[in-house]
Amino acid sequence: MSSVVLETRSLLKRFGGITPTNDVTIQVHKGARHALIGPNGAGKTTLINLLTGVLEPTSGSIWLDSQDITQLAPHLRVRRGIVRTFQINQLFSELTPAQSLALTVSARLGISGGWWKPLGTDPRVAPACEKLLAQFHLMDVMNQQVKHLAYGKRRLLEIATALACEPRVLLLDEPVAGVPEGERQEIFDIVNALPTDVSVLLIEHDMDLVFNFASSVTVLVNGAVFAEGSVDSISNDPRVKAVYLGESEHA
Amino acid sequence: MTAVAQSLRAHAAWHWWEFALIAALLVSWLLLPSQALLLNEIAILALFALSLDLILGYAGVVSLGHAAFFGIGSYAAALFAKLVMPDPLVGMVVAVAAAAASGALCSVLILRGTDLTRLMVTLGVASILYELANKLDWLTGGADGLQGVVMGPLLGRFEFDLGGRTAYAYTLAVLIACLLLARKLVHSPFGYSLQALRDNRLRAGSIGLSVNTRLVVVYTVAAAIAGAAGALLAQTSGFASLDVFEFHRSAEVLLVLVIGGTGYLYGGIFGAIVFKLLHDLISAWTPQYWNFWFGLFLVVLVLAGREKLMRPWTWFGSKA
Repeated sequence: MSSVVLETRSLLKRFGGITPTNDVTIQVHKGARHALIGPNGAGKTTLINLLTGVLEPTSGSIWLDSQDITQLAPHLRVRRGIVRTFQINQLFSELTPAQSLALTVSARLGISGGWWKPLGTDPRVAPACEKLLAQFHLMDVMNQQVKHLAYGKRRLLEIATALACEPRVLLLDEPVAGVPEGERQEIFDIVNALPTDVSVLLIEHDMDLVFNFASSVTVLVNGAVFAEGSVDSISNDPRVKAVYLGESEHA
Repeated sequence: MTAVAQSLRAHAAWHWWEFALIAALLVSWLLLPSQALLLNEIAILALFALSLDLILGYAGVVSLGHAAFFGIGSYAAALFAKLVMPDPLVGMVVAVAAAAASGALCSVLILRGTDLTRLMVTLGVASILYELANKLDWLTGGADGLQGVVMGPLLGRFEFDLGGRTAYAYTLAVLIACLLLARKLVHSPFGYSLQALRDNRLRAGSIGLSVNTRLVVVYTVAAAIAGAAGALLAQTSGFASLDVFEFHRSAEVLLVLVIGGTGYLYGGIFGAIVFKLLHDLISAWTPQYWNFWFGLFLVVLVLAGREKLMRPWTWFGSKA
């Protein structure tokens, strides 16, 4: 079995009387294509927010490469390689795609604090941006401000921005939400083409996409791990089917 | 060179009108010697507005108390000249350092909270400093202002004259130096990271930027430039008074940016020119009611929009 890159131990988050993350212990292996599924309100996005440090857990811990990162600031987790995309686009609306990606690549290279030379002076920046812009079909709009882009293009930029960070663990929160049917597979193809040592944790509602993409699956229900295992075992699990068909668990 | 590299470089390239503006500033010193005092005031206000543009236009930090740093620069320069030595350039360095240090200290106050809390906090800081300058009258002269400041000659050679020509040359030099510095800054990765955190703090953190460090740095730089503007006022007028900390000064610099536009670095200069010229024109015409006409101008500006006002040929005719 491959080594564990990212794991949570008894992670718990409480908002008042609600417990969106309830004693969650999961392991993401190196190079895994791991899916996180569950009905609406199961706590999938909350879990991502905990992993990236946007939220602080009530109890429990998060480990990256066997190091406790529970208290680590969000931007420092990114520098260690945990990168996410957002379910709702979070972009820099006044910048262009070229500038957004150049800044992101600069941040990854550790030169985003440079204040003398113009953005993109470093010879490593432009080629990295160009590759991503081409991959995500953004070359033709790279000089338009993000706020003027069509939704589909913004969605692509959302994912390209995450990849510009060169993640070791990529957290994809419904990456193809709102993307036309025909273009969804293309996004997954790009994600699939990531180096094999990059681990991907995917939140997705479309079961066909999940079963095509992932090798392992964790099912969350009401904030807790409901089932986990290989794609085959999960897709044939009658309890999971019951949850997804909206029937009660003990029917 | 790749298309992306070209595109990135194009944004940092100089435009013809930037050269023209700087040339016009230099020419104004030569051609308008009789207006040097007014031009000096305009240039100081432009520099002050430039500093606010860095935090407001680029980093998106609103402030109603930017006069705090202007005032600290002013008093630091005046006190230094009175108590230590009269050389204006050394005094400038001291004033900038004092303003930068206070900016770094105050920056922790603006890291958290919303726009509204920042407006209140910055307003509060400026009010505290105003009252301090008022109460510490053994040092600052209190409400009478700091009297008896004698400035040495610039570079040991050029005396500050009553007509303000030396003063304006000095102010212009500082303004252009700060403008060039700010221009470097905003086109750098650091400058873009400011725009990124202004547009989306959550995402700025999610690409690995330390949002708080960036805000501390830009707030400190902006405070330093505001301090330079304040020092220029004190040094070229030979006087520092409570007026430099007053609320109207913070509000005025915000107005200048509203008039000139934020986030492209030159709004402060254009805004200061329009603001001071309007002020002069209207108050020469109707001294008591200048606020009325200026207020009317602001209302029209905001309702019609700057773009529209600058294109008179679009005012009439069909709405095609």
